Amino acid sequence: MTEQAPQTDQADPYGALVDKVPTQAPRSQWIDVWQQFRKHKGAVFGGGFLLFITLAVIFGPFLWDVDPKALDIRNKNWRPIYQLLFDSEAKAGWAHPFGTDQLGRDIMAQMIAGGQVSMAVGWLAMALALIIGSAIGVISGYFKKLDFWLMRFTDLVLSLPILPLTLLAVTLFRQPLNARFGPEGGMFILIVSIIGLTSWMQTARIVRGDILALKEREFILAARSIGTRSGKIIRVHLLPNVISPIMVSATLGLATAIITESALSFLGVGFPSDFPTWGKLLSDAVSRMQEFPERVLLPGIAISLTVLSVNYLGDGLRDALDPRLRGR
Amino acid sequence: MLTFTIRRLLLSIPTLLFISMVIFLLLQLAPGDPMAQVPLTVPPEVKQKMREALGLGQPIYVQYYKWLIQFFWVEPQVFLDWATRETFLLGWLPDTNFSTFIDPDSGAVRPVQRIISWQTRSPVMDIVVQRMPQTIWVVGLSYIVGILIAIPIGVYSAYRHYSLFDQAGTFVTMVGFSIPPFFTGPLLIVIFSVTLGWLPSIYDTTHVVTDWASFKVQFFQMIMPVMVLALQTTAQISRYMRGAMLDNLNQDYVRTARAKGLKESTVVLVHVLRNSMIPVVTVIALGMPAIFGGAIITENVFKVNGIGQLLLTALFANDLPMVMTLTFIFAILIVLFNLIADVLYGLLDPRIRYD
Repeated sequence: MTEQAPQTDQADPYGALVDKVPTQAPRSQWIDVWQQFRKHKGAVFGGGFLLFITLAVIFGPFLWDVDPKALDIRNKNWRPIYQLLFDSEAKAGWAHPFGTDQLGRDIMAQMIAGGQVSMAVGWLAMALALIIGSAIGVISGYFKKLDFWLMRFTDLVLSLPILPLTLLAVTLFRQPLNARFGPEGGMFILIVSIIGLTSWMQTARIVRGDILALKEREFILAARSIGTRSGKIIRVHLLPNVISPIMVSATLGLATAIITESALSFLGVGFPSDFPTWGKLLSDAVSRMQEFPERVLLPGIAISLTVLSVNYLGDGLRDALDPRLRGR
Repeated sequence: MLTFTIRRLLLSIPTLLFISMVIFLLLQLAPGDPMAQVPLTVPPEVKQKMREALGLGQPIYVQYYKWLIQFFWVEPQVFLDWATRETFLLGWLPDTNFSTFIDPDSGAVRPVQRIISWQTRSPVMDIVVQRMPQTIWVVGLSYIVGILIAIPIGVYSAYRHYSLFDQAGTFVTMVGFSIPPFFTGPLLIVIFSVTLGWLPSIYDTTHVVTDWASFKVQFFQMIMPVMVLALQTTAQISRYMRGAMLDNLNQDYVRTARAKGLKESTVVLVHVLRNSMIPVVTVIALGMPAIFGGAIITENVFKVNGIGQLLLTALFANDLPMVMTLTFIFAILIVLFNLIADVLYGLLDPRIRYD
């Protein structure tokens, strides 16, 4: 962080004693990070795939403008297009590349719509968990008085049984929220807030640990001695320095949020039945997976690949943001 | 160390109380009515009486207090009576009689009030005790299998860092991390039950092992649920094992051991492995409750009637005492294994001492 001042008045430099004056302009930290990140093949693929799937679910409906809820009972139970490779008699065609379900709804459109919901839940829940986690971490690391109580609270929340409680909350609060925001909106708010409220603890712990160490450094002392207020120290000096652990736990949070949402849908407590999400599509298809295995495989592969790419991205980010590993 | 353990034990009491209160308040806030299933022809005043009979007319703190008494005082008494009456371990003791009392009015011997399920009208704990073995068998076995697979993978991929095996191992563990059990479960069923027909897709809990043939049936039906859960465990623990081994392999004591002329297998499998196991053992203890949580999904996929499945059915049936008790049992598991992890860490690593 501290650049060495270039030495100007050196009279007679002896070879080995000369300080190595940087010949190039100093590179920013983020260029270093990017170069380290690029070395991790899995992380680049992961990041690329995450970007692809996010763009696909956002812009997919414009390219494939079939209504995912439109019933077409004459064309029900189409097989996916690759089925024609093994069996030229199969009911398949380019009109429905992934086939249709038992009510003739286009599976490709359903996958895109389901992906929208799954990804939206994932990103929003992750953002919520990050905001809560970083806030609690920063506050308890910075203000000594609150530290003990906030950390005890974090420990308590950590020892709550998350999946049973989530199941509980979703089943119990479904009706009032549905009444107010409609069946889909209510469920969306409920699931996002429950996942967000139950997954901030790791972020809070990591951020607190880093803040505790940073707080003792000289640049914070310097900032304090020129009269910077606490709020500004946190915003300008502390938060930028803890951005890397936050980013790493963000990837973890995204992966867990997507899996939790799908698990809830799979257990039958998630979104209403005609509202597609990846987990919902999977669980609806399980009962007929002997005849139509692709209906389980497609959403399952979508969930797994997304989570896998997010995990690889997190792995690469952790390596790239760790200065001890950089340049190796 | 003993003082630390005792202090942690005492500290876990307020933790458990807090958790039980959170669960209880959550259930209180919830707008479910246990009388929703009662036919509409039943007049409202009768319904009100039925509610009061369930103990719902009381204020919240009274209900909470009664639940606490029943869970922490009455149920242990019942358990003790059963233990001295029927078990081998304590059966030689004189039979205790804590769980009955003499009615002052009639003089008859009555059993004490236990936590009653609203679905079955029988004590919740009896049902839990019936369901527990299935869960413990599946979960426990999967955990052991997972650990037994994970440790060699972790050790070898750390020893051959960046080798092909390490790369492949990292990829497989990442995949194991990422594929959720509700996908691997149906996938395995399609492959091994439907296409190949080798394994049964449903776990039959009424099956009794008497001889070799029935043991084989039991073994085959356990393979899939155990492997689905074990995949998650393997992925997690082999990552930790690899990391811990990598930290230790470059230490000075390893070089000393090699310089002394010890065999390579002794250096790696005795010196390094023992030191690397310290963090891994705590991770194993900490992961235990999460596996119980994951068992909820696996039990649902393979139709195992364990406690996870019991929790789901109780939730859908609005059976609040059952849900409360089961969720609290999960919480006890978490607190217990956190405690075990902390104590083990202190015991195994003399550098870490909390007092």
